[in-house]
Amino acid sequence: MSNDWPLYEVFIRSRSGLEHKHVGSLHAADAAMAVEHARDVYTRRQEGVSIWVMRSSDIVASDPTDADALFEPARDKVYRHPTFYAIPDEVKNL
Amino acid sequence: MYTQGLDSLGKECVHTAAGDTAALEARFQGKVDADEKIEPKDWMPDAYRQTLIRQISQHAHSEIVGMLPEGNWISRAPTLRRKAVLIAKVQDEGGHGMYLYSAAETLGIEREQMLEQLLAGTAKYSSIFNYPTLTWADIGAIGWLVDGAAIMNQIPICRCSYGPYARAMVRICKEESFHQRQGFEIMLALARGTPEQQAMAQDALNRWWWPSIMMFGPSDTESRHTAQSMRWKIKRFTNDELRQKFIDITAPQAQFLGLQIPDPDLAWDESTQHFKFGQIDWSEFQAVLKGHGPCNRERLEARRSAHENGRWVREAAAAHAEKQRARAQRAA
Amino acid sequence: MSAASRSITPGPVQSAHCRYLLRLGDTSLVLGQRLAEWVGHSPALEEDLGLANLSLDLIGQARLLLSYAGELEGQGRDEDALAFLRDAPAFLNMTLAEQPNGDFGRTIVRQCLLDAWQLEVYAGLADSSDRRLASIAAKAIKETRYHFRFSSGWLVRLGDGTEESHRRVQEALNELWRFTTELFAADEVDDALAAAGVAPGLAELQPRWSARIDEVLQEATLVRPAPVPYQWHGKRGVHTEYLGHVLAEMQHLQRTYPGAQW
Repeated sequence: MSNDWPLYEVFIRSRSGLEHKHVGSLHAADAAMAVEHARDVYTRRQEGVSIWVMRSSDIVASDPTDADALFEPARDKVYRHPTFYAIPDEVKNL
Repeated sequence: MYTQGLDSLGKECVHTAAGDTAALEARFQGKVDADEKIEPKDWMPDAYRQTLIRQISQHAHSEIVGMLPEGNWISRAPTLRRKAVLIAKVQDEGGHGMYLYSAAETLGIEREQMLEQLLAGTAKYSSIFNYPTLTWADIGAIGWLVDGAAIMNQIPICRCSYGPYARAMVRICKEESFHQRQGFEIMLALARGTPEQQAMAQDALNRWWWPSIMMFGPSDTESRHTAQSMRWKIKRFTNDELRQKFIDITAPQAQFLGLQIPDPDLAWDESTQHFKFGQIDWSEFQAVLKGHGPCNRERLEARRSAHENGRWVREAAAAHAEKQRARAQRAA
Repeated sequence: MSAASRSITPGPVQSAHCRYLLRLGDTSLVLGQRLAEWVGHSPALEEDLGLANLSLDLIGQARLLLSYAGELEGQGRDEDALAFLRDAPAFLNMTLAEQPNGDFGRTIVRQCLLDAWQLEVYAGLADSSDRRLASIAAKAIKETRYHFRFSSGWLVRLGDGTEESHRRVQEALNELWRFTTELFAADEVDDALAAAGVAPGLAELQPRWSARIDEVLQEATLVRPAPVPYQWHGKRGVHTEYLGHVLAEMQHLQRTYPGAQW
C-alpha cells in the first residue's frame, strides 16, 4: 500500500442550478477530510456552492480504443437533431 | 496513483505488437498536429509520457519549494494587509503544486514517488528558489519578476497537447494574475518610499534580475529538449523568444519604478524593436542547478523535515480511517 | 500610520469596550500569526492550504476588530498601529493563543480549544447591543464553525489514530489545559460589557464550551485534564515569555523603519 493517502476525485457545483463538474483530484485519509481538502484547495475563490468527492479507484471509465464502437454509431442518427427537418419558414413556433 | 478507470491504460497502451507502434505514433502525432488534446488513457509514445512526467513534476516541485523563500517573510510582513496577501499567495502556490501533482498522477506516477524524488535530490525544480529572500523588497521582486517570468512561461502551456496539464495551467494562470500585480505594488510602495526603502528595492532588483531571466532556461542553441517538445506541442515558444518578450515588457516597468536594471548593455534597439541585453552568466545557472546555489541545502532540508515530522500525522489519519471502516463494517 | 500614533507604551486609558475588542482582536491576530508559521511546513500539502485558510480568516477578523478598537480609543491608531507598534504588555490576547505551535498535534489542540471558545463568544455577540460588533461576529462565526470542524476533526483522528498520535495529543492537551481557565475568568471588563448588553456573560458560555469539548475528547478517546487554577492573565497584558518573541518578529519592519509606508 502507498504511504500517501488515497486519491479522491473532486466535483464542484459552481452555483445553484448548474451541475457538478470535475475539477481535479487530491489526497485524503477519509471522505470527510477529502471534502475539507476540496474546500481548501478548489474553492478558495468562491468557485463552489457544493462539493462531491469520490475515491478515484471507484470510477469505471470507458476505453479510448472502444470509442469507435461506443460513439460512432450515434453519428449517422442525424434525425435526432431538430435541424434534420425541413419546415417551411412561414410555419411558426416549431 | 490515478487508479482504475481513470488511470488504467487503454488496451492499445498495453497490447501493442512492435509493428503497430508506427501506426499508433502516426495517429498520435496527427491528433497533436490537429490541436486535439491527448487524454490520460489515450495511447502516447513513452518518450512523450516521460517528458511530461519530468516537466510536470519539476513544475510541481517548483511551486512547493517556491513556498519557502516567500514564506520566510510571512511572519514579518509590514502591514496586516500585506501579511494576508502574502499568505494567500504562498497558499496559492501550494494549491498550484497540488493541481500539477494531480496532472502528473494521470500519467501513472504516484505523488509519493515524485515527492521521494524531490527529497532524495534527484528531481529538479526551478533554481530561482535557491536564492535567499534577504529583505522585504525581495518579496516584491519575486512577485514582479519571478512570477512575471513564470506567467510568461506558463501561458503557452495552457494550450499544451496534454489535456490534464493544459487544464491545470488554465486554473493556475487565472489565479496567478494577482501574484505579479501584488509584487509590483510592493515595489512601487518602496520606490516611492524613503531613501532606505528605495535602496532596498534597487538591491532586490540587482539580485533577482539575472536569476529571473535565467528562468527561461538555456539558450535555444543549447537546449536539448526544445525541438521535440515543440513537435509534441508541450512547448509553444523557444526559451529565447520568451526571454526576449519578458525583457521587452519588464524594462519599461523598471523605468517606471525609477530603478536601474543591473545590465549595462540593456538598450532599446530601434532596428529590431526589441531590447538588447548583456551576456548571461550560464556558469552560475549551471552551478545552482547542480546544487551549489546559496539555499539548495536549506530548501531541501525544509521540505524533508516537513515530510518527516508529518509522517506520524499522516499515519494517524490513515489508521483512524481504517478503524472507522472496520467499525462501519462491524455495524453493518 | 500617523506620526502621533507611534507610541510604544500602552497609551491612553482605554475604555472597557475598547479593551474587550482588543482581547478578541489580539487573540485572532496572535493565533493567525502562529498558524501562518506552518505554511510550507505542514504534514501534508493539503494541510498547508487548510492552515493557511484558518490563518487568513483570523487575520481578517483581527483587522476588523482592531480597526474598530482604534476608533473607539480615539487616538488615531489604525489596525497597523495597533498590531505593529504596541509592546507585549499592551496586547490583550488570551495566553493560549501565543503558545508555540509545537508539533501538529499541539497546534490542533490549541486550535480546537480556542475555536470552541470563539464559537461561544461570537454566538453570544450575535445579539450584542453594539451592532457593529454583532456584524463582525456574524461574519466571524461562519469562519469559526469551519475552524472548529477542521480542528475537532483532526483532534479525533489524532486521538483515535495510532498509539504515537494518541500519546502526543494527550500530552499536548495536558500541557495546554491550564490556559483554558482564563477563557472564562470574568473580570471587570467582561462584567461591564455583559452588564451593558454588549458581550455575553462568560459564566454562561463556559458550560456550553465544556460540553462541546467533552464531546470531541470522548470521540478522540482523550482524557480531560483536571482543572487548573487561574494563573495566566494575557487578557490583562501579563503574558508568557513567548509573546515578546512573536511581536519582535512580527513588528520587525515597522520598528526598524519608523514612519515608512509599505
